[in-house]
Amino acid sequence: MPSPTEQAAPLVQALERPYQHGFVTDIESDALPPGLDEDTVRAISLRKREPDFLLQWRLAAFKRWQAMEPPAWGRLQVDAIDFQALCYYSAPKSLKDGPKSLAEVDPKLLETYEKLGVPLHERARLAGVAVDAVFDSVSVGTTFREQLSKVGVVFCSFSHAVEHYPELIERYMGSVVPVGDNYYAALNSAVFSDGSFVYIPKGVRCPMELSSYFRINAKGTGQFERTLIIAEEGSHVSYLEGCTAPQRDEHQLHAAVVELVAHDDAYIKYSTVQNWYPGDEQGRGGIYNFVTKRGLCAGQRSHIAWTQIETGSAITWKYPSVVLRGDDSRGEFHSIAVSNHYQQADTGTKMIHLGRNTKSRIVSKGISAGHAHNSYRGLVRIAPTAQGAHNHTQCDSLLIGRDCGAHTFPYIDTARSDALVEHEATTTRISEERLFYCQQRGIDPQEATALIVGGFCQAVLEELPMEFALEAKALLAVSLEGAVG
Amino acid sequence: MTTPNPLLQVRDLRVQIGDRNILKSVSLDVPAGSLVVLMGANGSGKSTLGLTLAGHPQYHVTSGQVVLDGQDLLAMNAHERARAGLFVSFQSPPDIPGVKNNLFIRSALNAVREARGQEPLDAFDFLASARTAAQQLGLPEAMLARPVNEGFSGGERKRNELLQLALLQPRLAFLDEIDSGMDVDGVRAVVQLVHQLRAKGTALVVISHYLHLIESLEPDTVLRLDQGCIAETGGLELARSIAQTGFARSPELAEA
Repeated sequence: MPSPTEQAAPLVQALERPYQHGFVTDIESDALPPGLDEDTVRAISLRKREPDFLLQWRLAAFKRWQAMEPPAWGRLQVDAIDFQALCYYSAPKSLKDGPKSLAEVDPKLLETYEKLGVPLHERARLAGVAVDAVFDSVSVGTTFREQLSKVGVVFCSFSHAVEHYPELIERYMGSVVPVGDNYYAALNSAVFSDGSFVYIPKGVRCPMELSSYFRINAKGTGQFERTLIIAEEGSHVSYLEGCTAPQRDEHQLHAAVVELVAHDDAYIKYSTVQNWYPGDEQGRGGIYNFVTKRGLCAGQRSHIAWTQIETGSAITWKYPSVVLRGDDSRGEFHSIAVSNHYQQADTGTKMIHLGRNTKSRIVSKGISAGHAHNSYRGLVRIAPTAQGAHNHTQCDSLLIGRDCGAHTFPYIDTARSDALVEHEATTTRISEERLFYCQQRGIDPQEATALIVGGFCQAVLEELPMEFALEAKALLAVSLEGAVG
Repeated sequence: MTTPNPLLQVRDLRVQIGDRNILKSVSLDVPAGSLVVLMGANGSGKSTLGLTLAGHPQYHVTSGQVVLDGQDLLAMNAHERARAGLFVSFQSPPDIPGVKNNLFIRSALNAVREARGQEPLDAFDFLASARTAAQQLGLPEAMLARPVNEGFSGGERKRNELLQLALLQPRLAFLDEIDSGMDVDGVRAVVQLVHQLRAKGTALVVISHYLHLIESLEPDTVLRLDQGCIAETGGLELARSIAQTGFARSPELAEA
């Protein structure tokens, strides 16, 4: 009779399936030479023809960054990054003056996004999802911009927003993630090149899903984008970002900042499907994904929900957080983090309760396979002002194989005796019994694993916008194929 | 017992778990459409036979052959055996948290259909046939939308096995105490389904301790397993005698 390892042979083959988004687009780019000093910061700002306040802001951030050390508290092994070897600005040459419309976008770029399954023209219209696509350092096009502007929704590249809505940028940028917040946020603040901007006016329910797609293409380039979403009183928006990168032997740095601001009764749902190149089976190459994401529930009864599916990157270091300042505001974090081979993930959330009767909910599903390590790190802080605050955390880990690890670091810091903070945690393996049960009914080990993992993640998958739930499920299956043995 | 071209043919099957010999030498033929009842004391090897046929990774076959419908069963992986037409019900079916029952059963059914060269069923067609089957078995339709066996009572888990049996339509079904934990209606559903399957040519091996069920199933053969060997072969009269006197048999009978 075949041993379980032999039974898993088809899985092993499937697992060795190469990363599917690893192609490089051969396109001429206009890039700054590698290296980082004050002149680099000035050069980026100049190229983007930015107002002076922004240049000053960048320079201040750069000063802060120079005095900071990279964080060493994560359960991660990070190779030292040579910041002087990186290129901080790379734009496809044909976009130098910025596309006026999608018709002016280089067809090769459109083709790239087609390959990635992110159609920027007609098919996107059919799908009814507005898309902003960011290629290396610049945004290459935003669909549906006109239709959205009819209801007053602004959805555009960050650069466009700096040009057309400088007062909003000046008011909100850095208001949730200050320039000196952490090492990578400070670096991003100094050298960020583009990103997405969303503004939902008072009382408007955004009529469609908004989506950004980030793609690193050029070699030796870091990607530093910023996203800022402002939801005015009583407004409602759902936003999704996706990420891919070519397959390269060296590590590439992605250090993004995302800031969300929700005013009274506003709701922001922010979903991420992160599939950056994870490196090969030996752990060579792959993206360093060092990201700062934070939402501010500024208004009463405001509500921010993060959902993330993290399957890519060599190292993931991110903690999408919510500051619950408004009374009766709500924060949510739903996460699936998958690590296989030699991937490392140290991810979680922070829920900072400041207002009264604030509620937060954390659902984290970590899956480790191969030699990967997956850590949940979360902070729930109840401030003295947060009367009646309530948090519920559920943190589940699934292990596949014998060489991987799952770690949980929940920090609870409460200044009130009336706070209700609940934490549940489980660690399980894909049990032989469940796998065998599926097999006895005719389901092969590969599909059985996908089913079991899908079930494990169901509570989080349900939070994703419908259009993306299937894609996410497929991505999970691909990331873990062959992990059973 | 020997029949020309039986559907299932087991020859001198010897099985170990770890270092323990559980089946010492089992030979048995089950023709299509026939029903064999397997009796025996706890630990006599009844469930081991089912799990070995199913290809459970902890059961190691040290020698012997098993042929199902002309195919060498022992050379196949567990899922290939199921696709070849083998269904083995579990005494305690595990749950699969978060996976809806209808998705699970549809995945299984489509895997089996594909192996038979049939078109896969889409979600709508599947649901229609699953509803009909559930109704016939007296199962609440809501059971289809619940995660597989999660929070199910023992009886509900067994009924869920029955539902899968009805939908998968195997060539050979091995039912391991499917009646235990079931209420009267459940047991009636077992009998009804077994008769239907048998009429279509499915062969059955049924483990049960209850004479009432065994009589209702109208078995062709009753076997008593003792310490990993088939100790007695007979008909309903053997089941009745075991029900009366228990498994403590005289040594000369055990050699029969």
